[in-house]
Amino acid sequence: MTTRTETRTPFKPNWAARLGWLGVLAYCVYAGMSLDFTWSRFIDGLANGAKFLGEMIPPNFERWRLLISNLVETVEIAVIASAFGIAASLPIGLCGARNLMPEWMTWPSRTFIAICRSFHPVIFAILFVKAVGFGPLAGILTLIFLTIGFIGKLFCEAIEEISLKPVEAIKAAGAPFMSVLVFGVLPQVFNRFIGFATYQFDANLRNSTMVGIVGAGGIGGTLFAAFQRFDYDFLAAILIAIIALIMVSEYISLKIKAIFND
Amino acid sequence: MTDNATWERFTPAQRLARFAVYLGAVSLFVVSLKTVEIIPEFLYDAPTQLHDLFSRMWPVDFAAYNSEGIHKALVETLNIASLGTILAIFMAIPVGLMAAKNITKIPALNWFGTLILVSSRTVNSLVWAILFVAIFGPGALAGTIAIAFRSIGFCGKLMAEALEEVNEGPIEALKAAGAPWPSILIKGYWPQVAPAFWGISLFRWDINVRESSVIGLVGAGGIGVALDTSLNLFRWQQVSLILLCIFTVVIVAEVFVTKIRQKII
Amino acid sequence: MSHAISKNHNGNGASPRSLFVENLEKAYTKGNLILKGLTFEVHGETTVGIIGPSGTGKSTLLRCINRLIEPTSGKIIVAGQDITSLSGTRLRLARRHIGMVFQEFNLVERLSVIENVLCGRLGYLPSWRAWLRKFPQEDINQAFKLIDQVGLGEFATQRADSLSGGQRQRVGIARAMMQNPDVIMADEPTSSLDPKTSVEIMELLKQVSATQHIPVLINIHDVNLAQRFCDRIIGMSQGHIVFDGPPSELSPEHLKQIYGGEDWLA
Repeated sequence: MTTRTETRTPFKPNWAARLGWLGVLAYCVYAGMSLDFTWSRFIDGLANGAKFLGEMIPPNFERWRLLISNLVETVEIAVIASAFGIAASLPIGLCGARNLMPEWMTWPSRTFIAICRSFHPVIFAILFVKAVGFGPLAGILTLIFLTIGFIGKLFCEAIEEISLKPVEAIKAAGAPFMSVLVFGVLPQVFNRFIGFATYQFDANLRNSTMVGIVGAGGIGGTLFAAFQRFDYDFLAAILIAIIALIMVSEYISLKIKAIFND
Repeated sequence: MTDNATWERFTPAQRLARFAVYLGAVSLFVVSLKTVEIIPEFLYDAPTQLHDLFSRMWPVDFAAYNSEGIHKALVETLNIASLGTILAIFMAIPVGLMAAKNITKIPALNWFGTLILVSSRTVNSLVWAILFVAIFGPGALAGTIAIAFRSIGFCGKLMAEALEEVNEGPIEALKAAGAPWPSILIKGYWPQVAPAFWGISLFRWDINVRESSVIGLVGAGGIGVALDTSLNLFRWQQVSLILLCIFTVVIVAEVFVTKIRQKII
Repeated sequence: MSHAISKNHNGNGASPRSLFVENLEKAYTKGNLILKGLTFEVHGETTVGIIGPSGTGKSTLLRCINRLIEPTSGKIIVAGQDITSLSGTRLRLARRHIGMVFQEFNLVERLSVIENVLCGRLGYLPSWRAWLRKFPQEDINQAFKLIDQVGLGEFATQRADSLSGGQRQRVGIARAMMQNPDVIMADEPTSSLDPKTSVEIMELLKQVSATQHIPVLINIHDVNLAQRFCDRIIGMSQGHIVFDGPPSELSPEHLKQIYGGEDWLA
């Protein structure tokens, strides 16, 4: 065999990948220009940022009563919305499972879930504020729909992935539909459902700090107000409180998961 | 006389712990219901109010698409999302490497990397947007950087997890051959995590399209600004147009991402 | 070509292709020695089969030689260079002269065969060139030659995970050869392969030893394969070397001492 080394190339140049990288670079330049990025704005911004940080430190906890009461409201919104949302997503998710339910039931259910997912929670919050007024009710309703969107979809997918054999067996034994669900379907998906539920409660806690920005209750409103009044040191205090709240809740979630995952 | 054999699923301590959790959850719920300030009349009134709202939002004002610069705002939204994601990926790679326990073996650095990732995720994009609008002034610059900072945590955490799940065999082989550390990263780790990397980036871009569409509400550019204006002026039919546009863009982005994922995985 | 023949590193008269292991000890937990003072030497063109039951420290021994695992005490000299005294970059540079073949092949699955083989030269290439894939032409030529030599010429640009187990192990061997090593160590290279392929791989390893004039150490638990292909057998039991000699001298008594129990011998 002759040494064909001169004609053999070890690496074929991957033109698709190279074009891709060039494309990304070109896009960055184009996007930067169209978004009006200039160095001067950036440098000004950095100077501003330094000034901003200066005003934020030290954080001002004077209004801690307001802070605590809003934080409590935030937690309440998350708890209530999660409870109702989780409870609602169980039947809605079930109705969306194509391997169990007829089309006339899965189609509206899945569409409903898709709509709940497509919009940012803030948009729901705005709409609900217009509908039921400012305050935690709007926040609760927002997060309920958010929860249904998230858990509904995942739960639906989990059900579609189950093995239908136990279902078949229980049906064959002549059990009524509800029993088939409870004994054939639910045991297979319950663990995952609990996982989704705990994750979503965590997410709801984070989200409920945000819906307040548009008036739907919770600490988001206080945050936005502090920002608009240039109370940057109070803003810093609020941020710290939010981060602390979330870290505490993550820690508690971890402990709870440990208790249930024996 | 023989004792009846008993079997317990959980030890008494475990049962107590589980019960405590249930009790805690239920009490939390009840207390919240009692103390939250909801005016029941508003709740009962809600369906009527919603109906009123939707009737005002119909029919959709398509004419406003061109006259009010909605198209430009949509393009700006996409640019914010894309540029923000690209920036985030560049910043997330070193942090992800720092947080991955099998790559960085210094616990203090691991902890620091995790701290950055957690902080980025705890503060949500609207709050980041508020902060950056205060620093850089209103507009898309603040929005892009806000999106980028928020995404670092998401991308960095998933990348760190992908790195920790890598098969260490090829790494051992390259080490045994005397390859320098950067070469081991390039030839040993990167080929294994590349599919996950692209998947995570696409996933985050998808989420960022959604996020970019609302940060304008606090002044950070994109179609949220138009939404804010229409809401303040009570132009409900324009609001519904904007919502429809956002919905369409989000759906198109999801389809796009699904198609590309099928190709690379 | 400067990398065609490996240099004698310290010029102390030791023959270039040699391995000295002196009083090697390794304890994973304090007081619990796995390797209990091993001493042996290997010179030049020879195949050494290391046999012994699982858990006796065969893998630990090999990995102590290139210090993937840190020895607790003892001395290891490869081609005149004291491996145990090195650290940091100098250790890494020394590892380039020790080739290793693994039980699970340890290829980078998503890369092509040629790229995997070229990985053997990563110790000689600055990282930025590795990133841009700018290998020197001599290395590329050498890689293709080795791929042909192990019989995988037509698979050179295919992805590693498209090959069978035996083919992957050949790539692993080519990669080790690419380093131009002074010694090759194979850690159970045939344990994941079927009997026929195992024989092929053992033949290949023996051939490598002959053509490169280097010692090849092979951890193996198939005693028959060891006897058939190795010039020398080292038998380990409970962290000691209990047999060191040609296969012809390996008797059932020796095997009983190494493995314990008689039934499997029949």
